[in-house]
Amino acid sequence: MDSLISLQSEFWTATVETLYIVALALIFGGLGGLLVGLGLYLSRPGHILENRPVFLVLNVLVNFVRPIPFIIFIAAAQPLARIVVGTGIGNPAAIFAISVAASFGIGRIVEQNLMTVTPGVIEAARSVGAGPWRIIVTVLLPEALGPLILGYTFVFVALVDMATVAGYIGGGGLGNFALVYGYRQFNPVVTWAAVLLIIVLVQLVQFLGNALARKAFRR
Amino acid sequence: MGNVVELRDVSKVYPATAKGAAPVVAIDSVDLEVEAGDVYGIIGYSGAGKSTLVRLINALERSTSGSIVVHGQDIAGLPERSLRRVRLGIGMIFQQFNLFNSRTVAGNIAYPLEVAGRSKEERRARVDELLAFVGLADKASAYPDQLSGGQKQRVGIARALATSPDILLADEATSALDPETTHEVLDLLQRVNREFGVTIIVITHEMDVIQTIATKVAVMDRGRVIERGDVFDVFSNPRTPAAARFVGTVVKGVPSPAELAVLRERHPGRIVTLSFRDAEVDQAAVFAEFTRAGVGFQVVYGGINEIQGRPFGHLTLALTADAASVDAALARVRTLTTVTEAR
Repeated sequence: MDSLISLQSEFWTATVETLYIVALALIFGGLGGLLVGLGLYLSRPGHILENRPVFLVLNVLVNFVRPIPFIIFIAAAQPLARIVVGTGIGNPAAIFAISVAASFGIGRIVEQNLMTVTPGVIEAARSVGAGPWRIIVTVLLPEALGPLILGYTFVFVALVDMATVAGYIGGGGLGNFALVYGYRQFNPVVTWAAVLLIIVLVQLVQFLGNALARKAFRR
Repeated sequence: MGNVVELRDVSKVYPATAKGAAPVVAIDSVDLEVEAGDVYGIIGYSGAGKSTLVRLINALERSTSGSIVVHGQDIAGLPERSLRRVRLGIGMIFQQFNLFNSRTVAGNIAYPLEVAGRSKEERRARVDELLAFVGLADKASAYPDQLSGGQKQRVGIARALATSPDILLADEATSALDPETTHEVLDLLQRVNREFGVTIIVITHEMDVIQTIATKVAVMDRGRVIERGDVFDVFSNPRTPAAARFVGTVVKGVPSPAELAVLRERHPGRIVTLSFRDAEVDQAAVFAEFTRAGVGFQVVYGGINEIQGRPFGHLTLALTADAASVDAALARVRTLTTVTEAR
């Protein structure tokens, strides 16, 4: 317990770092995932921008990236990170790797959420002369908003999970904190403090997500 | 008035879904002419191709061959971008209503106006007008999931009419509604036709929908239009077995062989069916002939219906008298109306 008090400033720094990594990964990975998900949904045979080659490529890509364990992916992505963000280590490289991996995971979730929109509603929009772009913005996304919010809430938890691996390539955050000060110093109290904080964080976001989704569902 | 919709030798073939399977012919060389002001019914069992046919008219589905002329323009080969403008002139309502759940009633009705690029003031005025027309002025800010089925379809109709199209396509628009609500919606469609002069194409598997509002009808079976014409003609004189079956669901016509066998057991005398069409046949005069010849008769089967104010129907009679008087009476009756001997 004493050691935890003495580590207070490191603890809060790690918390802020985790939030920073997750926030940026949510922005980049979230946007990337939205694009991948829309791509999968729209290009699927029978959908408004039906395109078999695009669908097949995206589908294979998603199925290829998703099963790679993240702790391996983050290391494997280092050469690419050096090209894109200029470094293979630290928080920037971690954020890059999380965003890329998350884009494909989120893409699948977005695709599934979009599939909950009744095809008839899209047809109704087409029948009054709406084009694909307008349908995406004014019908597809608003109609799927409730499920999408729940999907992104779920994604937040997954991102926190991924962010704890950042320490592996020299990034910070609560995962690194628990590893360095808890596990390696045989101090389970410190490890559990990190665990508890993550639980609280996830609960808060889940609560917020549920409230927003309820609003979108109007129930 | 000219044709607002004209289909010439239109086919729609879906490629085979599995290797080795035959391509699916959904629409098979269909000809159809719909005149301005018609309420044109298209009837057939599910899978007959009605839904596909109606979607060819606003090009939600593209035809494989043939020409589809809407408002004098062949839309069969038009690129998607030009079709969007064509669709602004064709409203459509659906069996499952297909309202936007994320938008209010007013928002749903305003949607086609947004697509058409109308100003905010124009949109508001038009939405108010349509809400009043469909009797939902108090529901403007309600969401679709707060409405009953009948109310949802009224919103669907208002949305379809927003851009003042002169063609309305109704895809099984009343099939998800109870009988009473069905009649409310059909009344509304009839007002749309009469007050705004909108040409309506109704597809349905329910003959009473056709009987209530249609002026012309086409019967579809396995992708083909097998019979078409004025509703009265098709109802009073169906020429194909499929048409006769549909007519039979709302009008009792000629007894089937099985029904006839039952009648024979109960009535030993001769059984004949008299067909009445229009007011041209005086029923009273017909029955007077039997009485004059001393032939007793009993109505054992049939019914008289009215389509567009014109009565028609079939009455099957069991006759009781000696053969000579029956022959004499029937000879006279044949000069008045059509008589079919039951066999």
